[in-house]
Amino acid sequence: MPEGGTGIGAAVKRVEDKRFLTGRGNYTDDIDRPNQSYAYILRSLHAHAKINGIDTGAAQSAPGVLAVFTGADMEVGSLPCGWQVHSKDGSPMHEPGHPPLAQGKVRYVGDQVAVVIADTYEQAKDAAEKISVDYGPLPAVVDMNGALSGGTFVHDEIATNLCYDWEIGDEAQIDEAFAGAAHVTEIDIVNNRLIPNAMEPRAAVGEYDRATDEYTLFTTSQNPHVIRLLMGAFVLSIPEHKLRVVAPDVGGGFGSKIYHYAEEAIVTWAAPRVGRPIKWTAERSESFMSDAHGRDHITHAKMAMDAEGKFLALKVETKANMGAYLSTFAPCVPTYLYATLLAGVYSTPMIYANVKAVFTNTVPVDAYRGAGRPEATYLLERLVAKCAREMGMSQTDIRRRNFIPADAFPYQTPVALQYDSGDYLATLTAAESAHDVAGFASRKAASEAKGKRRGLGYSTYLEACGIAPSAVVGSLGARAGLYESAEVRVHPTGSVTVFTGAHSHGQGHETTFAQLVSEKLGLGMEQIEISHGDTNKVQFGMGTYGSRSLAVGGEAIVKAMDKVVAKAKKIAAHIMEASEADIEFADGQFTVAGTDRSMAFGEVALAAYVPHNFPHEELEPGLDEKAFYDPLNFTYPGGCHICEVEVDPDTGVVSVEKMTAVDDVGRVINPMIVEGQIHGGLAQGIGQALLEGCVYDDEGQLVTGSYMDYTMPRADNLPSFSAGTEITLCAHNSLGVKGCGEVGAIGSPPAVINAVVDALWDLGVHDMPMPATPQTVWHAIQAARPAAAAE
Amino acid sequence: MPTVSMTVNGKQVSGEVESRTLLVQFLRENLRLTGTHVGCDTSQCGACVVHVNGDSAKSCSMLAIQADGADVTTIEGLANGDTLHPMQEAFREHHGLQCGFCTPGMVMSAVDLVKKNPKASEHEIREWLEGNICRCTGYHNIVKAIQHAQTTM
Repeated sequence: MPEGGTGIGAAVKRVEDKRFLTGRGNYTDDIDRPNQSYAYILRSLHAHAKINGIDTGAAQSAPGVLAVFTGADMEVGSLPCGWQVHSKDGSPMHEPGHPPLAQGKVRYVGDQVAVVIADTYEQAKDAAEKISVDYGPLPAVVDMNGALSGGTFVHDEIATNLCYDWEIGDEAQIDEAFAGAAHVTEIDIVNNRLIPNAMEPRAAVGEYDRATDEYTLFTTSQNPHVIRLLMGAFVLSIPEHKLRVVAPDVGGGFGSKIYHYAEEAIVTWAAPRVGRPIKWTAERSESFMSDAHGRDHITHAKMAMDAEGKFLALKVETKANMGAYLSTFAPCVPTYLYATLLAGVYSTPMIYANVKAVFTNTVPVDAYRGAGRPEATYLLERLVAKCAREMGMSQTDIRRRNFIPADAFPYQTPVALQYDSGDYLATLTAAESAHDVAGFASRKAASEAKGKRRGLGYSTYLEACGIAPSAVVGSLGARAGLYESAEVRVHPTGSVTVFTGAHSHGQGHETTFAQLVSEKLGLGMEQIEISHGDTNKVQFGMGTYGSRSLAVGGEAIVKAMDKVVAKAKKIAAHIMEASEADIEFADGQFTVAGTDRSMAFGEVALAAYVPHNFPHEELEPGLDEKAFYDPLNFTYPGGCHICEVEVDPDTGVVSVEKMTAVDDVGRVINPMIVEGQIHGGLAQGIGQALLEGCVYDDEGQLVTGSYMDYTMPRADNLPSFSAGTEITLCAHNSLGVKGCGEVGAIGSPPAVINAVVDALWDLGVHDMPMPATPQTVWHAIQAARPAAAAE
Repeated sequence: MPTVSMTVNGKQVSGEVESRTLLVQFLRENLRLTGTHVGCDTSQCGACVVHVNGDSAKSCSMLAIQADGADVTTIEGLANGDTLHPMQEAFREHHGLQCGFCTPGMVMSAVDLVKKNPKASEHEIREWLEGNICRCTGYHNIVKAIQHAQTTM
């Protein structure tokens, strides 16, 4: 084992940083292929319109233009949806076609209408202005309630805007429980629509090699093998052995780069038709109107309690926006990643949820950091806070009374999931201590002395990640398995390349995964290379999302390393003329038990490739092993977030004064990276709570279409955070890891809003929508004034 | 097409550009200095920050011909050979980057801050960074990195 520690638990500085810090990252838009041309996508200006005709003549003859294509030219398969949900009556969800270029109709502002390919990007963009599209505008379906009652359909062929009407639980039984409850608390919740905004805009470069009949797509993806499968098999009919997909350095994803997008198919399909490589890079305003959006739920929920505030039953009715088309994983987000999480950290014995998924003339909605779980958490933690108020209990007392106790695991929830481990009281207690909750009263007094209001908000939450056991997700409608693969290739000189199907776009896999290898094989970081993101190098992979890279991808690496060690023991036994059973491996040394005979890892590696006297019937040369790992269960990170805000009642400005997160992410491989992941999640959660909100007007125009209009969290909007961990080990994987990528974004929004409500409670403000902008907060204070005065 | 000449990372360069070519396009496309990034189209995100005559500037909001004769430093020109600039080292030490996309602009902006206001408070650092958006880090470790660099630059 190397001195100083590069194994599990060490805060190793990141291997990938040097190239990023010196401008030597290699992002998709940095890639120029020989003789490359450029694509510009003409997008719909209308939310909903018939296309009566498209005249591309003037554009075709514009300077530098190589080709112009419309939907009439590009007759290919539909962009596929990877998850099928069934309605409560057993019927499959409506799954309308999703053409890469619009066919006859546009369905949201930003829908792809035509592509211009030219020698330069500027020529392509200039020529696109010469395309004349004869639109026949139609009324736009924007509001979800209106979508279900109106007579305008996003997809005429299905004659409804209801994608599915799904339920979990027994509604009759739940209604009975409510009838006998001592108290019922009800809440209406809107989970605001968000625009992901990874800092790197999406980009794609398509290339075709006429000599070999091979296609290559460079793309900003979180899962290149998934793109190869979806685009090759379903859209373009290119066999996988003739299609290479490369996702090089990717500048953030947050879910928005999971999906197979039209532009990837367009540049790949068009490359042989123009006979040159084609690059497309989104301008930021295109990202706003074409990257899948997140969240967007409207919910009514109620909790039945006994007289002591014990939860008896929870009933939830949610409408979830799908946008205009079904994005790759959209249907599972408000069902299997949302309603199955409604037990949260509580022992609520009965839960019923009904989810109506709705088509609207807006950008498709899909998973965004947390995906379904932030919506469940926000609902539950706002509701629990309100329950405490109505029952006259403290925010901690109601939680303590209802927590699943630490000795109750494995714990079967009423909504399908079985939790393996956790200690919710421990994370709550640790968070209260870290936050100095005891000092809140004096801080509140100090705020009030200067005319400000101060509030404290809690969120005790749980998520399901490590997505996911293939058997489970298969039974729930996933059209894929969600295992991960790894190959550990030991080179003759003893260095190692690990090929992983996970993909790093900020998570630091090149460091964390190398630490697993360093720990297990006793190698220094400089002897380990982590390779990902290229379907021609990595055997297969399902990619990175759902906090799955370590819990699933890392386990696959461990499994492959176990095979390497087993093979290496055979080699060591042969060379040291000992029994294989007597070979022990520790700290990079193979030792014959009870003797001083040993071989270093590097010596065994060399012997594997120089097999001069191997008994080849029993022992193959080489040391290179592959593994697929399919998890046994989801993992269940959770924790407690406490937010403290100060509100200026004169202006409505909310300032986050303290933000404390204590999360149970399972075993921590690199604490520096884990804390960084939590920080980023907290910023996105605070962003959702206070700053970010996607706005469409009644005609379906995207009002928040740029950074001038959509408020991204900036450094001066945020405090420094207190982020810590208080762990229990995952019970069903060898590393004991749970995942840390999404916890910050899942746990924090209700803590922030509960704090704002707490600050303003005495002014008569008892509810607060997200984002709690100064304008919203100020109006809420004004609206409460007559009511407060009358009390 | 007009010709522009400037010094970039200590080297004299020149090239033909359209009059509408932005400085960031000239750097990325003509010079293939792809460390400077484009993250938006409204001059908000700061991924394209470089130094022009010693001051930080958003290279997306400047025409290449406006930089004619200027002395430009990009992220590629900040380190001294294999030795990272103290700000780059501070970002590495304090995990001030994740996906790396905003990082070049963030580092170039931070270097200018510490040169102009070596003792900037946390509040001043956060205000200065208002023109640089990061979606990964929550800024916590970026602020820590800059505070560290205040002691090493």
